[in-house]
Amino acid sequence: MTSMDVSDDTGRGSGAGAAANARTEDRMFVASQWQLMWWKFRRHKLGMIGGGVVVLFYIAALFCEFLAPYEPHERDINYVHAPPQPLHFVDEQGFHLRPFVYGLVGERNPTTYRMEFVVDTTQRYPLYLFVHGDPYRFWGLFDANVHLFGVKAEGGSVFLLGADRLGRDMLSRILYGARISLSVGLIGVAFSFILGILIGGLSGYIGGALDIAIQRIIEFIRSIPSIPLWLALSAALPPEWPPLRVYLGITVILSLIGWTTLARVVRGKFISLREEDFVMAARLSGANELRIITRHLVPSFMSYLIARLTVSIPSMILGETSLSFLGLGLRPPVISWGVLLQEAQNLRTVALAPWLLTPGLFVVIAILCLNFLGDGLRDASDPYVR
Amino acid sequence: MAQYVVRRLLLFIPTLLLISIVSFTLIQLPPGDYLTTYVSQLAASGDRVDQAQLAALEKRYGLNQPLYKQYLKWMRNLLQGDMGISWQWNKPVTQLIWGRLALTLLLSLSSLLFIWIVGIPVGIYSATHQYSAGDYIFTIVGFIGMGIPNFMIALVLMWVGFSYFGADVGGLFSSEFQSAPWSIAKVIDLLKHLWVPVVVLGTSGTAWEIRSTRANLLDEIRKPYVTTARAKGLKESRLLWKYPVRVAMNPFFSTVGYVLPELVSGSTIISVVLSLPTTGPLLLSSLMGQDMFLAGSFLMMLSILTVIGTLISDILLAWVDPRIRYAE
Repeated sequence: MTSMDVSDDTGRGSGAGAAANARTEDRMFVASQWQLMWWKFRRHKLGMIGGGVVVLFYIAALFCEFLAPYEPHERDINYVHAPPQPLHFVDEQGFHLRPFVYGLVGERNPTTYRMEFVVDTTQRYPLYLFVHGDPYRFWGLFDANVHLFGVKAEGGSVFLLGADRLGRDMLSRILYGARISLSVGLIGVAFSFILGILIGGLSGYIGGALDIAIQRIIEFIRSIPSIPLWLALSAALPPEWPPLRVYLGITVILSLIGWTTLARVVRGKFISLREEDFVMAARLSGANELRIITRHLVPSFMSYLIARLTVSIPSMILGETSLSFLGLGLRPPVISWGVLLQEAQNLRTVALAPWLLTPGLFVVIAILCLNFLGDGLRDASDPYVR
Repeated sequence: MAQYVVRRLLLFIPTLLLISIVSFTLIQLPPGDYLTTYVSQLAASGDRVDQAQLAALEKRYGLNQPLYKQYLKWMRNLLQGDMGISWQWNKPVTQLIWGRLALTLLLSLSSLLFIWIVGIPVGIYSATHQYSAGDYIFTIVGFIGMGIPNFMIALVLMWVGFSYFGADVGGLFSSEFQSAPWSIAKVIDLLKHLWVPVVVLGTSGTAWEIRSTRANLLDEIRKPYVTTARAKGLKESRLLWKYPVRVAMNPFFSTVGYVLPELVSGSTIISVVLSLPTTGPLLLSSLMGQDMFLAGSFLMMLSILTVIGTLISDILLAWVDPRIRYAE
């Protein structure tokens, strides 16, 4: 039985409005829980927008090798702190459908020895799709050198978001950073999810002394200020660890506090649901405890859990960014948004090259959109409340 | 009520013990002990390593003993007010941390005050003027305030101050007051500098406070007792302040306990960015340099600070809301 059968049923009532009402009501009655949630979520405009942007961000992170115009470690000494090159469509000859960038001419200032760039409007570099550029290993599986866009002309460059102190393309670095920073959120949340549902479930379902003990432990963990604790733990990660292990270590450290929130939510849900009639009905018809938990309890608050999970991703991303920003999290050559922002710590550098702050803009957009998405999902997670 | 307070106070003691154990474990986590770091630092600076002094230090902190004995020794020293020595500064830890802890507390409490003074009235306005232009503006500001990480606000403020106003917005004192003894002028100077970190630190909390006050009050003013009171002809302002606002404030007392740890914790990062003389920069450098007595003492004192905050908020909540059950 799906809602489609019902929505095909055209109204036969007297008044068109009343018929439409009845029809939507019918649809509401027979739609599955997930369908109701989707309908409700669709009405949450900010949630929809946020969700769209989040999906885009994750796709970008997934295909960053292809989307980035350059290899993120590729240095170019001629473009140290090169400013962003804006896209142009119009020059003195008129409008071009193919966007282009103007060339940059770098000159060393004789008094400050700093590279200073002038836009050279005589040099036009049109952008092409699917150009061959820096080689990369896609997902570590096969070699390729095709990039979504780039310049073909020899000596041309396209730094849409400028370059850093080693002449590396900021846009490429931000795209690669997205892969690390955004996945820390997902993996960290997965860790806290497992811990939270296990410990919270035990606490709520068994109750008694175990419940009290677990609640005390959670209260204790939450009473320690999180950032000093994170700092201390990440300072304890051995410096000789390979990047991947440091990355995992950081996510585990972040979820060490993250699980407590989730465990409380799960516990609360278990406690309120285990007295419900449908649990009693299941018990009376002979279902065992495991079946009650997995078939009746968990599905009934799964949607709520997913919403809560989404809400906790931003704090994970923020945690990683903050730690790396302070130099205690991920370290170069690993690229994450926090590592990139570390370069923006020096005020004098930022004053000269404000585009070093752009990774921060991406952090803010990602967190805002995840918050919007989480809000929308939370509203939608209980579709029976109207 | 009295019984509840006593029970909470009793619970405070095992919490303190746990905190001390956690802090000590964190001190022990990195490889090597403090003496090896100390010796290598002395050697690096070209100083002669005095064997007798080393032995004395080893004995004083019980470094050659099993861990649990070291912990007991550390605790005993702590209770006598000896927090050990900072190898980086070559000074007793107690000389280094109190001033910084006091400034951290001042910063956190000022931010808390800022959050209340701005967040609650704006939240009440938003709730009583739901869907008005002001409500929409505050909602948007609130969303953005929650989404921007503190240290980004600090970075951008520093950048704008530096490149457009030629002013350094960092620090808590002007250079002439940096090492001056406390005086009225120094306090005024501190207040002049304090507002920047307070606003930076308080932004997300304020945003949160606006949203929760608005939501709570909206729930409350739709309840029948409000209608009843209005029907009996109570003045609108009196009606609002006397009942729904008071009830809507309850969740706010229960969260004070979590807001304070967050402020203390958030101040760590922005202090580094804004180079404030609070615990943040010193904690960071002590962790980077494995100056473990200093780091451990900071962790311990910051945690105690937040536990006390939670305690106060729990007692406040019990006092404000008679519906709270005192029993477990």
